[in-house]
Amino acid sequence: MGTQHNGTIKIISEPFDPWAELSSYETSHLTAGQIGATATFVGTMRDFNEGDDVSAMELEHYPGMTDAQLQLIADEAQTQWSLDNALIVHRVGRILPGEPIVLVACWSAHRAAAFDACRHLMEALKSRAPFWKKETLKDQSHRWVEKNTDGYSASQ
Amino acid sequence: MSIKVKCFASMREYLDLSERDIAGDGINSVADVWQQIAGDKPMPDNTLCAVNQSQADAAYAVTDGDEVAFFPPVTGG
Repeated sequence: MGTQHNGTIKIISEPFDPWAELSSYETSHLTAGQIGATATFVGTMRDFNEGDDVSAMELEHYPGMTDAQLQLIADEAQTQWSLDNALIVHRVGRILPGEPIVLVACWSAHRAAAFDACRHLMEALKSRAPFWKKETLKDQSHRWVEKNTDGYSASQ
Repeated sequence: MSIKVKCFASMREYLDLSERDIAGDGINSVADVWQQIAGDKPMPDNTLCAVNQSQADAAYAVTDGDEVAFFPPVTGG
Protein backbone atom coordinates (compact mmCIF):
# COMPACT_ATOMS: atom_id res chain seq x y z
CA MET A 1 0.00 0.00 0.00
CA GLY A 2 2.92 2.33 -0.66
CA THR A 3 5.59 3.31 1.81
CA GLN A 4 3.64 5.96 3.75
CA HIS A 5 0.49 3.84 4.24
CA ASN A 6 -0.07 0.86 6.51
CA GLY A 7 -2.63 -1.59 5.33
CA THR A 8 -3.34 -5.11 4.16
CA ILE A 9 -5.47 -6.60 1.38
CA LYS A 10 -6.42 -10.28 1.53
CA ILE A 11 -8.44 -12.24 -1.02
CA ILE A 12 -9.12 -15.70 0.37
CA SER A 13 -10.93 -18.81 -0.84
CA GLU A 14 -11.61 -20.46 2.53
CA PRO A 15 -14.18 -19.48 5.21
CA PHE A 16 -12.79 -17.08 7.81
CA ASP A 17 -13.69 -15.74 11.25
CA PRO A 18 -13.61 -11.92 11.00
CA TRP A 19 -13.30 -11.48 14.78
CA ALA A 20 -10.33 -13.83 15.04
CA GLU A 21 -8.84 -12.10 11.98
CA LEU A 22 -9.23 -8.70 13.63
CA SER A 23 -7.77 -9.89 16.89
CA SER A 24 -4.66 -11.40 15.35
CA TYR A 25 -4.24 -8.45 12.98
CA GLU A 26 -4.32 -5.98 15.86
CA THR A 27 -1.73 -8.02 17.73
CA SER A 28 0.64 -8.18 14.76
CA HIS A 29 0.12 -4.78 13.07
CA LEU A 30 -0.97 -2.20 15.66
CA THR A 31 0.62 -0.51 18.61
CA ALA A 32 -1.48 -0.42 21.78
CA GLY A 33 -1.91 3.13 23.02
CA GLN A 34 -1.74 4.69 19.56
CA ILE A 35 -5.30 3.83 18.53
CA GLY A 36 -8.33 5.75 19.72
CA ALA A 37 -10.90 4.37 17.30
CA THR A 38 -11.52 1.14 15.43
CA ALA A 39 -14.36 0.94 12.90
CA THR A 40 -15.23 -2.39 11.33
CA PHE A 41 -17.71 -3.65 8.79
CA VAL A 42 -18.51 -7.32 8.27
CA GLY A 43 -20.69 -8.40 5.37
CA THR A 44 -22.25 -11.87 5.62
CA MET A 45 -24.20 -13.94 3.12
CA ARG A 46 -27.99 -13.87 3.39
CA ASP A 47 -30.21 -16.85 2.59
CA PHE A 48 -32.63 -14.63 0.65
CA ASN A 49 -32.34 -12.15 -2.21
CA GLU A 50 -34.88 -10.52 -4.53
CA GLY A 51 -37.66 -12.51 -2.84
CA ASP A 52 -36.06 -15.93 -3.39
CA ASP A 53 -34.37 -18.44 -1.09
CA VAL A 54 -30.66 -18.62 -1.85
CA SER A 55 -28.76 -21.78 -0.85
CA ALA A 56 -25.20 -20.94 -1.99
CA MET A 57 -23.15 -18.43 -3.89
CA GLU A 58 -20.08 -18.54 -6.14
CA LEU A 59 -17.93 -15.43 -5.84
CA GLU A 60 -15.66 -14.80 -8.82
CA HIS A 61 -12.88 -12.21 -9.15
CA TYR A 62 -10.29 -10.99 -11.65
CA PRO A 63 -6.94 -12.13 -10.17
CA GLY A 64 -4.49 -9.25 -10.32
CA MET A 65 -6.97 -6.50 -11.11
CA THR A 66 -9.08 -7.13 -8.00
CA ASP A 67 -6.00 -6.89 -5.77
CA ALA A 68 -4.84 -3.74 -7.57
CA GLN A 69 -8.26 -2.05 -7.28
CA LEU A 70 -8.48 -2.83 -3.56
CA GLN A 71 -4.97 -1.43 -3.05
CA LEU A 72 -5.95 1.71 -4.95
CA ILE A 73 -9.13 2.15 -2.90
CA ALA A 74 -7.24 1.63 0.37
CA ASP A 75 -4.53 4.08 -0.72
CA GLU A 76 -7.14 6.71 -1.58
CA ALA A 77 -8.75 6.32 1.85
CA GLN A 78 -5.40 6.66 3.61
CA THR A 79 -4.68 9.81 1.61
CA GLN A 80 -8.08 11.31 2.47
CA TRP A 81 -8.23 10.35 6.15
CA SER A 82 -5.66 10.08 8.87
CA LEU A 83 -5.54 6.33 9.49
CA ASP A 84 -3.06 4.25 11.41
CA ASN A 85 -4.00 1.14 9.49
CA ALA A 86 -6.63 -0.40 7.21
CA LEU A 87 -7.53 -4.02 6.54
CA ILE A 88 -9.67 -5.50 3.77
CA VAL A 89 -10.43 -9.24 3.67
CA HIS A 90 -12.69 -10.58 0.89
CA ARG A 91 -13.85 -14.13 0.22
CA VAL A 92 -13.98 -15.74 -3.21
CA GLY A 93 -15.22 -19.18 -4.28
CA ARG A 94 -18.23 -21.06 -2.91
CA ILE A 95 -19.94 -19.31 0.01
CA LEU A 96 -22.84 -20.52 2.15
CA PRO A 97 -25.49 -18.46 3.99
CA GLY A 98 -24.19 -17.10 7.29
CA GLU A 99 -20.56 -17.09 6.16
CA PRO A 100 -18.67 -13.79 6.18
CA ILE A 101 -17.97 -12.38 2.71
CA VAL A 102 -16.05 -9.23 3.53
CA LEU A 103 -14.29 -7.54 6.42
CA VAL A 104 -13.21 -3.89 6.33
CA ALA A 105 -11.49 -2.34 9.35
CA CYS A 106 -9.96 1.09 9.90
CA TRP A 107 -7.87 2.23 12.84
CA SER A 108 -7.37 5.88 13.70
CA ALA A 109 -6.69 8.23 16.60
CA HIS A 110 -10.27 9.55 16.39
CA ARG A 111 -13.69 8.16 15.51
CA ALA A 112 -14.60 10.44 12.60
CA ALA A 113 -11.74 9.25 10.39
CA ALA A 114 -12.28 5.60 11.35
CA PHE A 115 -16.06 5.66 10.68
CA ASP A 116 -15.86 7.69 7.47
CA ALA A 117 -12.94 5.80 5.97
CA CYS A 118 -14.51 2.43 6.81
CA ARG A 119 -17.75 3.33 5.09
CA HIS A 120 -15.96 4.87 2.13
CA LEU A 121 -13.81 1.75 1.69
CA MET A 122 -16.87 -0.48 1.75
CA GLU A 123 -18.82 1.63 -0.75
CA ALA A 124 -15.79 1.96 -3.06
CA LEU A 125 -15.21 -1.79 -2.89
CA LYS A 126 -18.84 -2.50 -3.79
CA SER A 127 -18.85 -0.16 -6.78
CA ARG A 128 -15.32 -0.56 -8.15
CA ALA A 129 -13.62 -3.84 -7.20
CA PRO A 130 -14.09 -6.60 -9.80
CA PHE A 131 -16.01 -9.31 -7.95
CA TRP A 132 -19.14 -11.05 -9.23
CA LYS A 133 -21.75 -13.15 -7.41
CA LYS A 134 -23.63 -16.08 -8.87
CA GLU A 135 -26.43 -17.38 -6.69
CA THR A 136 -27.70 -20.94 -6.42
CA LEU A 137 -31.40 -20.90 -5.57
CA LYS A 138 -33.32 -23.49 -3.57
CA ASP A 139 -34.40 -25.30 -6.76
CA GLN A 140 -30.68 -25.55 -7.75
CA SER A 141 -31.05 -23.04 -10.60
CA HIS A 142 -28.36 -20.35 -10.93
CA ARG A 143 -28.48 -16.64 -11.56
CA TRP A 144 -25.94 -13.80 -11.65
CA VAL A 145 -26.48 -10.91 -9.26
CA GLU A 146 -26.82 -8.03 -11.73
CA LYS A 147 -26.00 -5.06 -9.54
CA ASN A 148 -25.29 -4.00 -5.99
CA THR A 149 -27.73 -1.89 -4.01
CA ASP A 150 -26.69 1.71 -3.52
CA GLY A 151 -25.59 1.92 0.14
CA TYR A 152 -25.56 5.70 0.46
CA SER A 153 -28.78 6.70 -1.30
CA ALA A 154 -30.68 3.87 0.36
CA SER A 155 -29.75 5.11 3.81
CA GLN A 156 -30.11 8.85 3.37
CA MET B 1 -0.46 -7.03 -32.86
CA SER B 2 -1.16 -9.63 -30.18
CA ILE B 3 -3.73 -9.12 -27.43
CA LYS B 4 -4.70 -11.33 -24.47
CA VAL B 5 -8.46 -11.24 -23.94
CA LYS B 6 -10.23 -12.24 -20.72
CA CYS B 7 -13.95 -12.39 -19.97
CA PHE B 8 -15.55 -12.73 -16.56
CA ALA B 9 -18.87 -13.73 -14.98
CA SER B 10 -21.95 -13.41 -17.23
CA MET B 11 -19.75 -12.04 -20.04
CA ARG B 12 -17.79 -15.29 -20.13
CA GLU B 13 -21.06 -17.18 -20.56
CA TYR B 14 -22.45 -14.70 -23.12
CA LEU B 15 -19.40 -15.11 -25.36
CA ASP B 16 -18.49 -18.64 -24.23
CA LEU B 17 -14.95 -17.35 -23.83
CA SER B 18 -12.78 -17.26 -20.72
CA GLU B 19 -9.37 -16.38 -22.10
CA ARG B 20 -7.94 -16.15 -25.61
CA ASP B 21 -4.96 -14.64 -27.41
CA ILE B 22 -5.90 -12.82 -30.58
CA ALA B 23 -3.59 -11.46 -33.25
CA GLY B 24 -3.96 -9.49 -36.43
CA ASP B 25 -3.77 -6.13 -38.12
CA GLY B 26 -6.58 -3.63 -37.76
CA ILE B 27 -6.95 -4.02 -33.99
CA ASN B 28 -6.55 -0.47 -32.72
CA SER B 29 -9.07 -0.06 -29.94
CA VAL B 30 -10.96 -1.97 -27.26
CA ALA B 31 -13.97 -1.89 -29.61
CA ASP B 32 -11.90 -3.65 -32.31
CA VAL B 33 -10.95 -6.34 -29.78
CA TRP B 34 -14.64 -6.84 -28.99
CA GLN B 35 -15.46 -7.29 -32.67
CA GLN B 36 -12.71 -9.90 -33.03
CA ILE B 37 -14.02 -12.05 -30.20
CA ALA B 38 -17.76 -11.36 -30.35
CA GLY B 39 -18.41 -11.14 -34.10
CA ASP B 40 -22.01 -10.09 -34.57
CA LYS B 41 -22.94 -10.18 -30.89
CA PRO B 42 -23.57 -6.63 -29.63
CA MET B 43 -21.74 -5.36 -26.56
CA PRO B 44 -24.32 -5.10 -23.74
CA ASP B 45 -24.88 -1.49 -22.62
CA ASN B 46 -23.58 -2.08 -19.11
CA THR B 47 -20.33 -3.78 -20.21
CA LEU B 48 -17.17 -2.71 -18.39
CA CYS B 49 -13.80 -2.90 -20.14
CA ALA B 50 -10.27 -2.96 -18.72
CA VAL B 51 -6.88 -2.63 -20.38
CA ASN B 52 -3.94 -4.00 -18.42
CA GLN B 53 -6.23 -4.30 -15.39
CA SER B 54 -7.31 -0.64 -15.36
CA GLN B 55 -10.77 0.42 -16.42
CA ALA B 56 -10.95 1.79 -19.98
CA ASP B 57 -13.67 2.72 -22.46
CA ALA B 58 -14.35 1.14 -25.85
CA ALA B 59 -12.44 3.85 -27.73
CA TYR B 60 -9.27 3.27 -25.70
CA ALA B 61 -6.25 2.55 -27.96
CA VAL B 62 -4.61 -0.84 -27.43
CA THR B 63 -1.00 -1.75 -28.13
CA ASP B 64 0.85 -4.99 -28.74
CA GLY B 65 0.91 -7.24 -25.68
CA ASP B 66 -2.01 -5.58 -23.89
CA GLU B 67 -4.44 -7.55 -21.73
CA VAL B 68 -8.04 -6.56 -22.49
CA ALA B 69 -10.94 -7.70 -20.29
CA PHE B 70 -14.72 -7.50 -20.61
CA PHE B 71 -17.12 -7.96 -17.71
CA PRO B 72 -20.52 -6.93 -16.32
CA PRO B 73 -21.11 -4.47 -13.43
CA VAL B 74 -19.32 -5.60 -10.30
CA THR B 75 -21.27 -7.16 -7.41
CA GLY B 76 -18.77 -7.85 -4.63
CA GLY B 77 -18.88 -7.06 -0.94
